[in-house]
Amino acid sequence: MRAVTEISNNHEFSMRIRKVLQGTLMPFIAILIALAIGAVILIAANFNPLQAYQAMYLGAFADFSSFTEVLLDATPLICIGVGLAVAFRCGIWNIGGEGQFYAGAVTGTAIALYAPALPGWILLPLVLVGGAAGGALWAMLAGYLKTRFGANEVVTTVMLNYVAIIATSYLVSGPMIEPRGTYPQTAQIPDGARLPLIMPPTRLNLGFIIALLLAVGLYLLIFKSSTGYAIRAVGINPEAAHYAGIQVKKNILLAMAISGGAAGLGGAMQIAGVTYRLFQQISPGFGFTAIAVSLLVNNNPLGIILAGILFGGLSTGARLMQMNAGVPAVLVNVIQGLVILSVVAFGAYRILTMEREE
Amino acid sequence: MNSPILRMENIVKTFPGVVANRGVNLEIRRGEIHALLGENGAGKTVLMSILYGLYVPDSGTIYLNGQPITIKSPKDAIAKRIGMVHQHFMLEPTLTVAENIILGQFPSWTILNKQRIGEVHEKIRSLSNQFGLGVDPAARVSRLSVGEQQRVEILKVLYHGADLLILDEPTAVLTPQEASRLLEFLRDLAKKGLTTIFITHKLDEVMQVSDRVTVLRDGQVIGTCETRETNPRALAKMMVGREVLMDLHRKLASPGEPVLAISNLRVRDARGLPVVKGVSFTVRAGEIVGVAGVSGNGQSELALAIAGLIDDVAFDRFQLEGKDVTRRDLRAASHRHSAHIPEDRQKMGMVLPFSVSENFILEEYSSPRFARHGFLRGQAIRSYSQNQVKKFDIKVSDVSEEIANLSGGNQQKVVVARELDRHPGFLLVNQPTRGIDIGATEFVHQQILAQRDGGTGILLISTDLEEIFALSDRILVIFEGEIIGELPSDRSQVEKVGLMMAGKRDPDRE
Repeated sequence: MRAVTEISNNHEFSMRIRKVLQGTLMPFIAILIALAIGAVILIAANFNPLQAYQAMYLGAFADFSSFTEVLLDATPLICIGVGLAVAFRCGIWNIGGEGQFYAGAVTGTAIALYAPALPGWILLPLVLVGGAAGGALWAMLAGYLKTRFGANEVVTTVMLNYVAIIATSYLVSGPMIEPRGTYPQTAQIPDGARLPLIMPPTRLNLGFIIALLLAVGLYLLIFKSSTGYAIRAVGINPEAAHYAGIQVKKNILLAMAISGGAAGLGGAMQIAGVTYRLFQQISPGFGFTAIAVSLLVNNNPLGIILAGILFGGLSTGARLMQMNAGVPAVLVNVIQGLVILSVVAFGAYRILTMEREE
Repeated sequence: MNSPILRMENIVKTFPGVVANRGVNLEIRRGEIHALLGENGAGKTVLMSILYGLYVPDSGTIYLNGQPITIKSPKDAIAKRIGMVHQHFMLEPTLTVAENIILGQFPSWTILNKQRIGEVHEKIRSLSNQFGLGVDPAARVSRLSVGEQQRVEILKVLYHGADLLILDEPTAVLTPQEASRLLEFLRDLAKKGLTTIFITHKLDEVMQVSDRVTVLRDGQVIGTCETRETNPRALAKMMVGREVLMDLHRKLASPGEPVLAISNLRVRDARGLPVVKGVSFTVRAGEIVGVAGVSGNGQSELALAIAGLIDDVAFDRFQLEGKDVTRRDLRAASHRHSAHIPEDRQKMGMVLPFSVSENFILEEYSSPRFARHGFLRGQAIRSYSQNQVKKFDIKVSDVSEEIANLSGGNQQKVVVARELDRHPGFLLVNQPTRGIDIGATEFVHQQILAQRDGGTGILLISTDLEEIFALSDRILVIFEGEIIGELPSDRSQVEKVGLMMAGKRDPDRE
């Protein structure tokens, strides 16, 4: 009898260890595996991987000012990531963070450029809120197609990404192009629409703080509010949610609005805090990297802060790897792609094993 | 004659967090019908799955005909002449009986020509005649009734030459008539020398059919005895570990105003075929109306329609607590005026990865009791849940535990506790005790009766006739989507209800 209890205790213990490992260690193992594969590719291309990775590490974490660049890169990832977390928690595979980011950037820029006479204390908030609204509406389009016609959101959000990116290209090379300019870009936004720097001379601005607040706020929303309760219930078991009187479609639309709103805010803050103008390819794929950011930490907004900084470090470091170790940009992209792929595969593995255990 | 055909010694099997068998000893004599009795989660099915090679035990030995053996897979078990009929049939409906029986038997490159098929048919036919099964080898399985499909399963085991037959809760899916036919048939098989292990939690079946009975509780053998030397009350006590009320004490109902009145309710399924065909009835305050029927005769759809959870619904009139409800606001009205203990508790009644306390607030999560200024009141929810857990005697280490870790009975108690606490005027109950143990069943029944005595009108849908008769004040019989009769809830009517469940509209006429 005692032996039996010991067996079960031992088993429980090892189960718990396994869970902790899966929760924290596994994602980092996933990243290490990706870097190891990247090393093989670097060797094959006649680069010294140790040198390359050292350049990458130093580029991100060598001193404080390079670290602020990391945080700058992390800001849009955190904004889009926490938004995606809300959608994922509601069981919606919003792959449209990229498009919603563009929608927010366009709306924010438009407000900043066409209402420049407003005082800064109104203009800046208006730019940010407008950006969030633009992203929210863009996402709700996919939400509406899903709830009204049952259109698969993976397909619609991916398609809407293209629409947003191409529409932006059109706008900046036509209707919104800077007066007397030849490049496909808008004019610079007025000073009143810009996010204040918080650590001059670094480029770090208020946007990072806003992203942190957004993450905390969405954490509270998901886990502590009754709205978040309903969103999670719909995400896990829509049938039970419907049974309990929770309006499934309303919550899907709401989750999409929050999700797109956060991404749109990220887009507006990129304009108001970093680039000060809109141009083509304003995002190097933040919306896609953010999917990995959110999945890496099981869609927990607080975890997304850390994951966002980690991925910010990877991309800042990768840029420096390109500059200092002479690794061509395409190879850098390959390594970044490997990291994302590996993290997403890990996330899928976790979801699948969880389903099997149930 | 009475030498043991099988002995299982000190079988231990653990699963993550659960010990299913803690050193089980079981001895089966040749040619007997041995009942394996126990509540759900007692470890009966796990023990038999070990014997059939589906699980490998952590420790322990199995002796077959005195020889120690290891069984690594069902294929192994079949080779050792052990056969098992599962609770859920493992038949491919689009194939014929014969095709199902020989599935996987021949190497994959075998050509099944006419001659070979003919031999198979011949063998099946002679077995079927020998045991009086009445199975046609050429019949397509999808056309057979549930009872016939079960006989095909048994025939499959006999065909493969088993002399030890394991049946896992074989009567759970049968009408009373089919069940008693099965039990008779098992007696015949025993006379012909077949040994049968019969997993069940129904006491009357044990008394009716078995030679000996072994009671399992909590993964341990409580005792083995000769069936004729024991009685249901003693067995129930062994099974549950305490005295059990065999009969509920029911006060006479005093029905009041109608709380639910439906006329000509029709439901179509996803393919547009009618599944509920013009049903009309009334449920009054303070009474329990039972809906009896074999599973799959429109009960599920009827329940979902009343709860407003299904789309393709039409009716002439639908009144809840005296107010007319239109099709449009059926869902909202139903949620407001009634509580619903759903048929599939895991799919509909709860959110599995949620904690126990999160499941307690599923219906009322935004009410002022549990939320203020849009935020959940963690402390209030916690203490409320702890109260409910105590009140309903739910076995859980902490209310923050995931509900998925609870046993079926305790999960159902959470659902029942939550729904009853809404103090509904009308309560819809569908299969409230399916798959849960005697102790929890007794408790749930008492709670439903208490609710009735408090003035709630209750519609009880169940395929378990025992339950229908134990709780109902009136009984409606549903067959193929129609209510084909109403009877008083009187034990003398059991057979009549059984016949009506099988589609006889007027059983008195025979």
